[in-house]
Amino acid sequence: MSGQTMYEKIWRSHEIVDLGDGFSLLHVDRHMLHDGSGPVLARLKERGRSVSQPDLCFATLDHVVSTAPGRPVTSDNRRRTIASLRDGVAEAGIRFFDIGRTGQGIVHVIGPELGISLPGTVVVCADSHTCTHGGMGAMGFGIGSTEAEHVLATQTIVQAKLRTMRVTFVGNAGDGVTAKDLILAAVGQLGSAGGNGYAVEYAGRAIQTLEVEARLTLCNLSIELGAKVGMVAPDEKTFDYLAGRQFSPKNELWNRALASWRDLPSDHDAIFDAEIEVDISHLKPKITWGTSPAHVMDIDGIVPDPSSTGHRNAVQYMDVVPGRPLVGLKVDWVFIGSCTNSRISDLRIAANIVGGRKVADHVSAWIVPGSENVKRQAESEGLDRIFKESGFEWREPGCSLCLAANGEAVPPGARAVSTSNRNFVGRQGPGARTHLASPAVAAASAIRGVISDFRTMKD
Amino acid sequence: MQPFTRIQGIAAPLLRDNVDTDTIIRVERLFNAVPRADLGLYCLESLRHLSDGSPDPEFFQNDLRYQRASILLCGRNFGCGSAREGAVWALAGMGIRCIIAPSVADLFAANCFQNGLLVFTLDQAIIEHLAVGVAADPAGRPLVVDLERCQTGFADGEPIPFSVAARRREALLEGLDEIDLTLKQQSKIHDFRQRDGELRPWIYTA
Ligand code: SF4
Repeated sequence: MSGQTMYEKIWRSHEIVDLGDGFSLLHVDRHMLHDGSGPVLARLKERGRSVSQPDLCFATLDHVVSTAPGRPVTSDNRRRTIASLRDGVAEAGIRFFDIGRTGQGIVHVIGPELGISLPGTVVVCADSHTCTHGGMGAMGFGIGSTEAEHVLATQTIVQAKLRTMRVTFVGNAGDGVTAKDLILAAVGQLGSAGGNGYAVEYAGRAIQTLEVEARLTLCNLSIELGAKVGMVAPDEKTFDYLAGRQFSPKNELWNRALASWRDLPSDHDAIFDAEIEVDISHLKPKITWGTSPAHVMDIDGIVPDPSSTGHRNAVQYMDVVPGRPLVGLKVDWVFIGSCTNSRISDLRIAANIVGGRKVADHVSAWIVPGSENVKRQAESEGLDRIFKESGFEWREPGCSLCLAANGEAVPPGARAVSTSNRNFVGRQGPGARTHLASPAVAAASAIRGVISDFRTMKD
Repeated sequence: MQPFTRIQGIAAPLLRDNVDTDTIIRVERLFNAVPRADLGLYCLESLRHLSDGSPDPEFFQNDLRYQRASILLCGRNFGCGSAREGAVWALAGMGIRCIIAPSVADLFAANCFQNGLLVFTLDQAIIEHLAVGVAADPAGRPLVVDLERCQTGFADGEPIPFSVAARRREALLEGLDEIDLTLKQQSKIHDFRQRDGELRPWIYTA
C-alpha cells in the first residue's frame, strides 16, 4: 500500500463517521468567527440551538469595522452588525478579540499569529480565504453561513473528500520574487478553476525555504485557483514560529504535539491525484492586468492580446491596452494590506522601499496592518514613522479596501495597486480598477505614482 | 429546506466564465441589512449595464422573456471567489432553483445544496445547445429537471442524464436539514471527542 498525503492524514484523524459516497462527518478543531458571524449566531439561537463547543471558537472583528484612526462607525447597519457579533459571542461564551485589544485583526492573520491554527488541525471559517491557515500545515477551508451554523451546533462539518494535487515549484526564483509572485504564477498557469475539487499541497525547495508568513501568503491564494484547501508541510520553521504563542500548546503538551506534527508531512511514496510543476527559474515579480487573479503577467511584460470575450471585457473594464506595458500607467490608489500581505514581514519589505522617499502627490496610499499585534510590532520598529513621513496613511487593522465592506472604497474609475487577492469587477468599490501585486511593487508604485518595477528603483 | 424533486421552467443563459460571488451579490447589499428575501432584487446587478450606463440588451435580465426563469445555464467556474452564502440567497430570491454549468466552484456548490438549489455539471457544448434551443421561445421551450431520475432536457426532447452525489440528492429530494441529521450522530461525536482528547489533548486546552 502506498503512503498517505498530508491531506489524507488530517482527514482520517478527524473523521467521525464515514457517510458514504465520499462524504464524512469531520471534527472541527478551530472555528474562526468574524463580523459576518453575528447573524449566524442569532439564527442558531432562533432555531432553539446553542453553541456546542465555545472553547474551540475564536471571534474577532475585521470585515466591516472602520480602519480609520478612532474607528468611527459609519452606518447604522454596520453598528448593528458589530453589535450582533458582540452580543452573540458574549452569550455563547466565545473568546473574542474586540477592536483595540491585542489579538484583534483579520481572521486569517490572527489564527496563525496567536497559535490558534496549528499543524494538523481542521480550521473553518465562513470565509473563502480560510485556506490561508494551510501555511501552518493545517487543513483550513471556507464554509457558508449554513455550514457555520452546523459547526456552531455540533463542532463538526460534513465534507466531501477532495482529490489531492501537488504543485511543485522547481528552479530558483530570481531577485525580488516573493511568495505572492510564486502563487500568482501558479494561478496564471493553472487558471482560476484549475484547483476545483482539489486540496493542493505546495512543495519544492523554494517552498521549504519560505518563511512561515510567506507560506501563509502562498496558501492564501489557493482559492484563487479554485482549491478550497492549500497546504505546506509543517517543519522546524513552523514549530519555531509557533513556540510560545498565546494559544500554542505549552510544556509537556508542546512536546506531545510536536511529536505528532512531525508525522504530518506526506509520505515519500504518497500518490497525489494530480502532479503539477511550476518552473520558477525565470520568474519575475508579477502583476495582474485584468479582472481575475489568473490575468497575470510579469511586471516588466506587456498586456496580452485578448483571447476571449472574457479577456476583452477585462481589458475594457481595466482600461489597459493589449501589447503595451503596465509599467508607467498612472496609479491613483495603493493599498498594502489584507490577509494576503499585511503581516510584519510584508510591512518591512514595503518600508524598505518607501524609506526616505515621498508618495507621489496624486496617490492615496494606505497601509492597513493585518492585526493589532502586527501594528504594535511595526510601531515598535518605527515602521509607522517611515510610512507616515513618506505620505502613507497608517491605519487600524482590518480588511478595509480589500473588500470595501466597511465604507472604505477605491472610487469608480480609479486605478489601484493592491496587495490583496481579488481583482474582480467592483471588488474594491464599484468601478474600481485593481492590479494585484506584491508589497514591493505596490510600494514602488505609490512612490513613483505610476505602476513601477521596484527593481529599477535602486537609486 | 424546500425539497427539490422535479421542476419545469424557463432556462436563462448566463454563459460567461468565472462569474464570481462578488458579482452575483455585491458585498454592500449583504452588510446593508437587505433582508434575505429581497436579495434577489440585486442579484447580478453589476452585469445589467454596459460601460456607458445603458442596459445591456444581451443580458438575460434585460430580456422580459426570461423574467420568470428558474434554471440558469452558466459558463465555466460559476460561483468562484468568496464563500458568501448571500450569493445563493440572491439567486434563490430571483426564483432560481437549478444551476447548470460546465464547472462550479466547490464552496458555491456546497452553499447551493444547503439551500435547496440543485447544481450539476454538463458539457459546455450541451449547455450551449440547450441555451440556443431555449432562446427561440423561452416560455414555449421550458427545460425539465428531474432529480428523481437525474435527467434534464426539453419537455419534448431527448432526456440528458446528469449526476449528483447520492447524499446530496437524497437531502434535496427530502428537504432534509443537515444539522438535524448530524445531531442524530451525537453519541459518535461524543466517542470521537473522548478518544481524540487523549490522542491530541492540546486541541482542547487552548
Ligand atoms: S482581508 Fe480581504 S480576503 Fe482577507 S478576509 Fe478580509 S476581506 Fe476576505
